Amino acid sequence: MAATSSAHLARLLALVPYLLRHPGIPLAEAARTFGVSQAELRKDLNLIYMCGLPGYYPDDLIEVDIGPSGRITVSNADVIARPLRLTRDEALPLIVALRMFADLPGVIDRHAVDSALAKLEDALQDASFVDAQPVAVDVDPHGPVATAVREALETKRRLRLRYYVPSRDEVTERDVDPLRLEVVDGRSYLEGWCRRAEAVRLFRLDRILEARVLDAPCEPPPEAAPRDLDAGIFQPGPGQIAVTLRLERPAHWVAEYYPCEEIETSDDGALTVVLRTPDTRWVRRLLLRLGEAARVLDPPELAAEMRTEAETALRSYQELGLDDFDARPVAPN
Amino acid sequence: MSARKTERLLNLVICLLATRRYLTADYIRRNVAGYQDLGDEAFKRKFERDKEELRELGIPLEVGTNSVFDEEPGYRIPRDAQLPEISFTPAELSVLALAARTWQHAVLGAPAAEARLKLQAAGIPLDEATPTGVEARLRIREPAFEPLFDATCAGRAVRFDYREAGASREVEPWGLVSWHGAWYLAGYDRMRRDVRVFRLSRIVGPVEPIGPEGAVRVPEGTDVRALVRAAVEATESPEIEALLLVRRGTGIGLRRDAWRVEPYDERWELVSLRVRGELRLIDEILSYGSDVVVLDPPSVRAAVLAKLRFAAGVGG
Repeated sequence: MAATSSAHLARLLALVPYLLRHPGIPLAEAARTFGVSQAELRKDLNLIYMCGLPGYYPDDLIEVDIGPSGRITVSNADVIARPLRLTRDEALPLIVALRMFADLPGVIDRHAVDSALAKLEDALQDASFVDAQPVAVDVDPHGPVATAVREALETKRRLRLRYYVPSRDEVTERDVDPLRLEVVDGRSYLEGWCRRAEAVRLFRLDRILEARVLDAPCEPPPEAAPRDLDAGIFQPGPGQIAVTLRLERPAHWVAEYYPCEEIETSDDGALTVVLRTPDTRWVRRLLLRLGEAARVLDPPELAAEMRTEAETALRSYQELGLDDFDARPVAPN
Repeated sequence: MSARKTERLLNLVICLLATRRYLTADYIRRNVAGYQDLGDEAFKRKFERDKEELRELGIPLEVGTNSVFDEEPGYRIPRDAQLPEISFTPAELSVLALAARTWQHAVLGAPAAEARLKLQAAGIPLDEATPTGVEARLRIREPAFEPLFDATCAGRAVRFDYREAGASREVEPWGLVSWHGAWYLAGYDRMRRDVRVFRLSRIVGPVEPIGPEGAVRVPEGTDVRALVRAAVEATESPEIEALLLVRRGTGIGLRRDAWRVEPYDERWELVSLRVRGELRLIDEILSYGSDVVVLDPPSVRAAVLAKLRFAAGVGG
């Protein structure tokens, strides 16, 4: 239900032209399009039926007919047969998204984006705000791999990727049946059926070192469906290790940056979080970075592993004679 | 919300759109359904409020007279307040439909859905757009986004508490930027008398608009994305020349960014990098654990050693 009369009016001013363009549309379908219940839509139609041109004789009023099978026909509403132009609030989300797409050539058709933006400007009530940037999205560059990924998607062929996995600091080679490209919060991903993992996997485009389109067709198994994007980009699978960390203020960004569960704030402002990961090596190294700002609560062996990692590193500095505290320059500057 | 009021507003819009003559308040009072039974004062109040509501919906009201002899101005809604006939190619439709889906479940999702409905009502078949093989989402999890967005669009200053400094800030908002999944505000900090960037997730408590609308002027040529990038990625920091030993077969991310990789011995390779931001470099080196040894610069080596010594000493 629209919260205010003006929001309600806005809906009616879109509803009438929509119904004029879809004569005989089933009530249920129109209600779905407008995101209202059928009962609400009936109320709207009863209201519209009372409106028209001054005089308000039958000839002046909008005619609404709901057939026995729930099909709607509206007529005699020429004056409001066209919806109003887009307001700034309505157009801005579309413009911001399109401008983001314009920065993703290779992923999204740049010509279509530019011309759609230009035409959208014709649809604005007041185009004076178009040059302002109240909202903008910064996107990651992704190099030439996007072209190969798009080609594979369009020609329905398999891809061979060399993919960098920072958490394990390794490059893997794998064949992937591409399902789709995803742009989430400005970052581009390829979602596909990984034939090595035999599962749907997400590949960040900026971490694909090389992408080659193979002659083999894209043949994902029937169970390979893209995941629900609105459930989040990272969806921890089973068989992962739960790591509990206590984060002091300077390390709070960890909770924002990595998907965490069970976030608790203690009185002194420290956060307790649980991360799930198939591989704890990167967590060990993250802890080196965080220093005093973070502590492992569980599993206990992770703390010991972090100590061993630090000791190994220190031994290398010793062997190379680089562990002096005054840290003189090694190479001439 | 009352149905009677919506009905009156709809009748008013129809009447003002149908006329090419300017219609006086008095004409409207006598002829538009919903105003007839009101006294002078009540009509005046109601009519003023209704005009305001139409303006808030972005419906332009023209005020003028039909001839030089008319003493009282009248009103009408220009015909071009309605969407013109626009035709989109299938490729344009696809990207437009994708743009409309991008904000699903976010604060800007509702106005995007309104835009989509209006375009569909104008006969632009967004629901029939061919999928492009791309899906896009922009998420907004920070509660500070909505009040900051409203204030930025209205050109109003804001006051909020910021976690890092603890003190309350007064900021003239210039723009909101999404960078790597987090939202940032760029603007002029009145207390610090300088341009500042704030991470929305670090804003504590409510964001309060202060001062009049239209008071904030964004300086000509401001690029809010560049401001945010400079603050977050330290792109304005001086470039550091770093010399690292990287264990063979490891440190692939560092090697990608290196300008030179040379052999050192059977275990190590010598990697030369140019980076901005000493703290970022220290963090990145530590994320490779025992696979990287810093040779230069000495300040980075000292910082990395200090962190390693701390970690080695934890728990004895």
